[in-house]
Amino acid sequence: MKAKTRGLTPFLARLDGVVDAGQPDWAVALRRSGLTVYREEGLPHPKIEAWKYTRLDGLTRTAFEADVAAPGGLTVPDGRVAGMTEAHRLVFVNGRHNPELSDDNLADNGIEIATLGAPEAAPGWVTERIGRVLDLDGMPLAALNAALWRDGAAIKVADGAQLQKPLHLIFLAAASTPAMFQARHLLIAGRGSRATVIESHVGQEGAPTFSNSVMEVVLEDAAVLDHAKLVDEATHSFHIAATALSLGQGARYNGFVLTLGGRLVRNETRVHLAAEGAECRLGGAYVAAGDAVVDNTVFVDHASPGAASRVTFKGVIDDTARGVFQGKTLVRPQAQKTDGHQIHKALLLSPGAEIDAKPELEIYADDVKCGHGATAAQLDEDMVFYFLARGIPEASARRLLVEAFLGDVVGEIESPEIADAMSSALARRLAEIRADHGA
Amino acid sequence: MALLEIRDLRVEVAGKEILRGISLDVEAGKVHAILGPNGSGKSTLSHVIAGRPGYDVTGGGVRFDGLDLLEMKADERARKGVFLAFQYPVEIPGVTTTTFLRHALNARRREHGEPELDAMEFVKVMRRKTKELGITDDLLKRPVNVGFSGGEKKRNEILQMAILEPRLAVLDETDSGLDIDALKVVSDGINALRSAYRGVLLITHYQRLLDYVVPDRVHVLAHGRIVKSGGKELALELEETGYAEFLDSAAA
Repeated sequence: MKAKTRGLTPFLARLDGVVDAGQPDWAVALRRSGLTVYREEGLPHPKIEAWKYTRLDGLTRTAFEADVAAPGGLTVPDGRVAGMTEAHRLVFVNGRHNPELSDDNLADNGIEIATLGAPEAAPGWVTERIGRVLDLDGMPLAALNAALWRDGAAIKVADGAQLQKPLHLIFLAAASTPAMFQARHLLIAGRGSRATVIESHVGQEGAPTFSNSVMEVVLEDAAVLDHAKLVDEATHSFHIAATALSLGQGARYNGFVLTLGGRLVRNETRVHLAAEGAECRLGGAYVAAGDAVVDNTVFVDHASPGAASRVTFKGVIDDTARGVFQGKTLVRPQAQKTDGHQIHKALLLSPGAEIDAKPELEIYADDVKCGHGATAAQLDEDMVFYFLARGIPEASARRLLVEAFLGDVVGEIESPEIADAMSSALARRLAEIRADHGA
Repeated sequence: MALLEIRDLRVEVAGKEILRGISLDVEAGKVHAILGPNGSGKSTLSHVIAGRPGYDVTGGGVRFDGLDLLEMKADERARKGVFLAFQYPVEIPGVTTTTFLRHALNARRREHGEPELDAMEFVKVMRRKTKELGITDDLLKRPVNVGFSGGEKKRNEILQMAILEPRLAVLDETDSGLDIDALKVVSDGINALRSAYRGVLLITHYQRLLDYVVPDRVHVLAHGRIVKSGGKELALELEETGYAEFLDSAAA
């Protein structure tokens, strides 16, 4: 008989006792909801549609432990995190808030920040909202996070506040034995506020790590949020993250996800366009090399009339790496005048590279403008020859063409500081690819 | 020793012989024109000189400045001073002409042991060249050839040639698809780049380019062979008679 994949529920033993540790009611309720779903659904396997292209077998072959300390003397690798010089830094190491590496004074006019390492100290706005944005059904890993989280960032931007400086959330992973951590975050952008939040998830080479995080984001009416996420985990590490967004009336979300490293990275974004005139722009770029798997899964739920969504992802896939894009746009019957578009474009750099793209539209309203598409291509050899005929070495030619391919999606980022940070991180990563090919 | 020496060159494409023993010398300071009907092997000759993949050299050889050209990769040939002006210049979305040319010029400068130019220095070089050629620099900020008209694409090829200062310029049907005004601009550019240091191989289907760029030597290519060579008067002769006599004699 073949190895059993169904009903595989590792990490179950860790679930014993997590709810009776004398925690506040809200934390117990969140953990219970996670326990119920994870016990029922278990670790996702390829027969589950949402996980058809991204296998988690590798996760179960490593004995990950919680609460593994990072090696001493760890510092923030400034060359690898997003290059945001003028930003407040809030740093987590192996899923735990690290005050030493964080800025002392995060206070800015109009922002409240709490960390969740001591649940009993959580402010009311956390306890009222946490767990209310993301529905755990069909999200077993997010459920595992709901059961096991130990720490996280909670951020509230006051109504009408215009943050002067971006907030940079830095998540470092560094371990000498396999480590897992489940950070849980909440971000609330108050009515009419404007803020910029960047996440950098950076891993140090060493033992593999497994980061399983959840971030819930609420944009209240007319809030504007520029949000970027950079993922550059270590070569053998796993990064699974769910970001759930709920947008109020006229709220505008500008998101970008850049994935540069990790053995398996899944960025799952779930967008609930809950009120009229909400607008979500989500861009993404990735570079997958070696035997990495980079999965971007996006679900946009148009639940109100007159909302707009633009989802644009581009990936460059080399060696035997694999890209996965699952994009679904759901337009509910009441969501007339929806403007919803999504596209994924992949550039395959080697014969062993693979892309699995599944764009889906599910439309129940009749007066909508929607579109979707996916393309996969190789570098155009006529273009490469044009460079060669001008004396440009082949490796440089290919790198310039790859940069140009990804350049337009980065160029569409609205915030100039995020665009700069993302394009320099990307250029640095692409220079490494060139070096790997030795040409 | 001529700058370019082609000896009994035989080339196949996908098993079919296209060039059937070509010999030709191009000296520095001279402009040679190769005229021929469609299918005579003109473009194959230019591509083989530039090093495009997909052509099998089955006999003979090509030396450039005393070096075995066929032993070198395309980018190396270009850095050593071979330039092909494309019949169909390629569009490169996302890469501006400035960036493209700066990489090209710096690759050439590295090869010759010269320091690379930074973005500012390079812009100065470009400004000077566009001025010398009397072409506007509006194309430079746009992605290479993207959305360019036929004339703009050919003008861009000439500008690239001016910046890269090749020792051998091979112009593959640079006149094709140009109206008379564009043809004049391109011809003026080519004439401006004539120098004692540079050899030029003009490959064309029509004689009209040679009214503007007067060659030192003219060769007629038919069925993969050079069937007649002569001075500039040969071009005028062809204008009268067409290619028919060569096609008949070469096929016989």
